[in-house]
Formats: sequence, structure tokens, C-alpha cells
Amino acid sequence: MNESRTAKASPRAATKAARQPAKGSAATPGAEAAEPGQLVEFYRRMVLIRKFELTADQMYKRAKIGGYCHLNLGEEASVVGLMDALRPTDYLFTNYRDHGYALMRGMDTGKVMAELFGKTTGVSKGRGGSMHMFDTEKRMLGGYGIVGGQIPPATGAALALTYRGAAGPDAEAVMCQMGDGTTNIGAFHESLNLAAVWSLPIVYVVINNRLGMGTTVEKAAGEPELYKRGSSYRIPGVRADGGDVLAVREAATEALDQARTQRQPALLELMSYRLRGHSVVDPARYRSAADLETAQEADPVPALRAQLIADGTLDEKQAAAIETQVEDQVAAAVAFADASPDSTPDQLFDYAYATPVPNAPTALPGERMVVLP
Amino acid sequence: MSADADKTTLVTYRQALNDAIRSEMNRDEKVILLGEEIGIFEGSYKITAGLLKEFGPERVRDTPIAEEGFVGAAIGAAMLGMRPVVEIMTLNFSLIAIDQIVNHAAKIYGMFGGQQSVPMVIRMPGGGGQQLAATHSQNLEVWYAHVPGLKVVAPSTPADAKALLLAAIRDDDPVIFLENLALYNTKGEVPAGDEPAEIGRAAVVKDGTDLTVISYSRATTIAVEVARQMAEEGISVEVVDLRSLRPLDRSTICASVRKTGRAVVLEDDWLSYGIGAEISATLMEGAFDYLDAPVRRVAAAEVPLPYAKPLERRALPDAGDLRRVILELLDDTSFES
Repeated sequence: MNESRTAKASPRAATKAARQPAKGSAATPGAEAAEPGQLVEFYRRMVLIRKFELTADQMYKRAKIGGYCHLNLGEEASVVGLMDALRPTDYLFTNYRDHGYALMRGMDTGKVMAELFGKTTGVSKGRGGSMHMFDTEKRMLGGYGIVGGQIPPATGAALALTYRGAAGPDAEAVMCQMGDGTTNIGAFHESLNLAAVWSLPIVYVVINNRLGMGTTVEKAAGEPELYKRGSSYRIPGVRADGGDVLAVREAATEALDQARTQRQPALLELMSYRLRGHSVVDPARYRSAADLETAQEADPVPALRAQLIADGTLDEKQAAAIETQVEDQVAAAVAFADASPDSTPDQLFDYAYATPVPNAPTALPGERMVVLP
Repeated sequence: MSADADKTTLVTYRQALNDAIRSEMNRDEKVILLGEEIGIFEGSYKITAGLLKEFGPERVRDTPIAEEGFVGAAIGAAMLGMRPVVEIMTLNFSLIAIDQIVNHAAKIYGMFGGQQSVPMVIRMPGGGGQQLAATHSQNLEVWYAHVPGLKVVAPSTPADAKALLLAAIRDDDPVIFLENLALYNTKGEVPAGDEPAEIGRAAVVKDGTDLTVISYSRATTIAVEVARQMAEEGISVEVVDLRSLRPLDRSTICASVRKTGRAVVLEDDWLSYGIGAEISATLMEGAFDYLDAPVRRVAAAEVPLPYAKPLERRALPDAGDLRRVILELLDDTSFES
């Protein structure tokens, strides 16, 4: 076990992992070669994220969506691979770039769009918006807007799992997603340390899209090979090609398996590209033409489409049918969100406290806190 | 109320906290303790004495020195149904965890549309007077009392320490439980049993007719003592103990001042933007026509608290300060006993 960890944390192995599609053994379920039908399903999911995000971008520009809005464009293979490895009984915490994760967790497309629209039918009842998708039943325990903020709670969720039952192949686990810039914040390091000393069933996933807003990983991280940053805590690190849905799924499945069976935390770094700016309002002028070209060449959605057509799994007509079906699904989501009722001011103090408490303030701006009898 | 609630025992504030924690850990196996040195060391102030031996290292969990990490971990554990009680060694160190407290614990229930509560307690002592110098002596209660989504309690007696801690642990919201270094050795009668107090209610802890002192935590013990002394001089001082800083029981405060017509706030925090400022504004709204004079505030001098004893002593409000201000206010309003 220790040997394989060491091997994975070595730069050579990492480079190899980043360049090559993952090869696995039959011992790990995710390592099996995907059935053609499964790869088609993965393509459908990636297209769903793509269409959803492009639509969110449009809706933002039409002022249907406000606030910050960060898209998963370019990261679809990572999102789909990770979420396929995660079981319904596992828990997920993410950062603010969370739409795709919410969809892949099985949350209703219309309700996710309605959350963006700030409607009461949204997954968080319109209270959270783009950065704050949440669904208790789907065990999506939140997109979080503060960089690194999700990591300590995710770690604590893994701690809670240790009180529920023993480690084993059916045990629950936690996945905590974050961006590359997050590995520089204290919460990341404190959490990895806790996960190590308490032996927690958690997989930390770094989506390394090479840019923390506009700052490159090399400028921001003393150890820019981010998967190595677990080594201070004896947490094995693995780097995989985030543009390869199967490689992602395999790496995530293996890491989750270790978390379940051995309560061994893991750090998984997925090399990825952001196709657009940091958020919908960022034109990303700080990026070179060459960098953008590299990102576009690495775009996993057309790449998988081309692969499926080249190997005869899909023909053009079948691929187009998938795309049309997804477009209809996203259009229906927009229609649902549009038709949903707006929040009304009388709902302002709903969800102030879970346990009712006397004297909770309910004054609106300009109203008195104390009302004379 | 249980039959033995009438029985009381004289115990310290420290013991009352220890009793409340033990009682809840016995009642609910989801209650776990997290904090630095709370296990083998039994707590920097010995609040968790004996609990590691009784409940074992999984339920009494020593943490690394990582306030942001373990406070955040308590949030996540609470989201999965545990009821963590976190000890932060002192209030001052909570600033390292403030992102988790303010941006996460306080937000998760409302921001996610009421889907997930965060039933956790953060216990921590504040307060100066121990010659711990500027970074270890602060009263930053307003930082937390300012934030919707949190409940903030600050008991002044052993009985309230127990009853409010029982309530805090059973509450489904994050509760900031403020202790005070100077109170740990104070003694008081504590009812037997495990009847919780109601968070969000102030208490009139001494009846009076001439003037109201509004206070909380350690300062309340000073206010009660001064009120007792002044009663012997024919001055009837009522003392309102806030107990809960968020929510704030504005009606109890206003009802008392409408009766007495005079108000002094005694607080251990700094004056500007402090608890007294909020109480004064509350009285402007709820008792203006009943006031015989402007509200007076007695608070800490606005300096980083010095180590040197004479300076530390002068910076913190004491009984002499309160007494002087009460007499000034009575004098200003032509009081005759």
C-alpha cells in the first residue's frame, strides 16, 4: 500500500497519469473498460452540463440571473467522472462552481435553473443562488462561495461517518471538491491534517484548471504539483487527466474505495481547463491566445463526441439526437424557472432559525425593533 | 419540571458547566466534544474534567491547534446529525475560526432554504483581569451578537450556566456560548435535574424601583453586588441580566426601564459600538417617554488591554465605576430616597 502511494506521488507517475488514459485492474470497479452504452451516457451528461452552462450564460446576460455565476465549461469530463464514481449514499461538498455537480447528483434541472433565477422553486428556495446549490436527499451538502470554506465542514461530515459504522466496501464516504487556488488557504491544510490524524473517509478533489481567477498555479503555489500537497499529511496524492471521463472515474473510484475500506483520506488532482473567464462577467483578457487555444483543443465535449463517432459507437444522427434531447431538457428547465413564482417579502424571515426562539428580530428596514403596547 | 428541580446544590460555574455537558452526553450519544486539550489535559480551565475517562476519546476528542479546521469540522458533523460541543480555549482564538462561524455556521440553515440545520455549540471564555495582556483578554461578544443565524448566550450564574448550556446543546441552531474567566470559580445554587433555560429571554435578577442596571456575564455579578449595597443606602436598583445577546430580549429591558425611569448599562466590552450602544438605542425606541435622563454606559476603556496590573485594573469597569455613575444619574434626576 505504502509503495503504491509513493509511486503515485512521484512526478514521473504523475506525468504518466496525466498523459495517458487510466488503466486499471478488474479489482476496482471503475477501472473496467466502459461499455459503449455507458460512454454514450457519459457523453449525454457532459452535453447536459455544457448546454446548461451555455444557457446560464445567456440567461445571465438577459438579467434573469444575478450575482456571481461560475460555469463548469471545460470541466464537464471531470464533473461527470467524479459524480459517476460517487454513490448516492456518499456526501458531496463543492465550491461555488457547482451547477454541473448539482445536475450530476440527480438534482432536477428545472429546480437548479430556478435557483439561478432566484425562484422559490429553486433547490435552495432561491436563498442561495448560483454558488449555493444544496439538496439534503441527494446528499449534495452545498456549493460554498467562500474559497476553502467547504473543506472543514466536509472533513467534519467524514468525521460524523466514523460514528455511523465500521469501514468497509459499503461504507459511506465524503467527496470535497475545490479549485487549484484553494490549496493555498489555511482551511485546506488544517482539514487535510485533521483527516490524516483522525483517519477520515474523505476524498479531496482539486480541479486544477491552472488559473485561480487570473493567477496561475505557478505564481500561487509553492508546490505547483498540487497532488503532492497531501504528502505533508501522509495523504496519498494522485493526478489524473481531468479531460478524460474514464480516467477521472477510475481515479475517483479508487480513492473513494480506499476511503470506504480503510478510512484513508486521499487527494485527487484533475488537470483541466477553463474554457471561459472565472465567472460569466470575466472576459479573461489576462489569458494569452495560445493558452486559450490549448484550452479549446482540450475541450472534452467535442473530443468525446469525435471519439464516439470515430469508433462507430455513434453516428452523426445519433449524436445530434442526444444533443437535441438535452437542449429540450434545458429549455424545459428555463421554462420551469421562468414560470415559477418569485419570492415575496413576507417570506423574508422564513428559515431564520431551525429552533424557534423568542425575541428573534423581524423588523424590516425603517421599522422599530421595539413596539410599544 | 422534574420533582427534584426544587433541590439545589451550591456549585461553581465551572462545575455547573461540567455537569451540563455530562448530563447531555449521557442523554444523547450524538453529543461529542471537540477542542484543544479537552481530553487528557481536561481543558485549559478544567471544564471537561473527568469526561475523557467517562466517555472515551471518540466522544471527547482532542484536536490539533487548528481552530478553523475543528470548528468547521464540527459544522460538518452537525450537518450529518451529530451534536458537537466545541471548546475554543479562549474567545480570542475564535477569530481564527470566524470564517467558519460567521460565513458557514450562521448561514447554512437560511442560505440553503432551511434544508439543513447546524446543531452545534461553541463554548469559549472571554474577559480580562487575569494579566493576560491585549490578545488574551478581549470581550468580542458583539462580533457574534451582530450576526443573524447565530444565537449568543452569556450566563452570569452557575444556575444559568447549566440551564443555558443544556438548552444550547439541545438547540438545532449554532449557539455561541460565552463564558468568562473571572466567573469559573464563582459559586451559586444550581437546581438538580436537567431543566433547560429558554434562549432569548433576559431575567430580572434583582427587583428595584429607582434605576435599572442592564448587564450580562461577569458584569452582572458586579451589578447585583452594587445593587445590594445601595439597597442598604435606601436606593432601589433593579438588575436585568441579558443572558441572551442574540436574540436580545428588548421587551424585558424596556419594561424594567419604563418602571424605573433610569438606566445604566454595565458591560465588559469596549464602549464604541458595544452592547450598551444597542441597549441605549433599544431604550430610545421602547422607553424614551419614560426616561428621566439619558441612558448611561459603563464599559471598558478603549485600549488594547495592558498587562501591567494598575493599568489593566483601571481599564476594566468595576463596582466603583458603576456606583459612581448610578449616583451621578440619580443626582442628575434629583433623586431623593
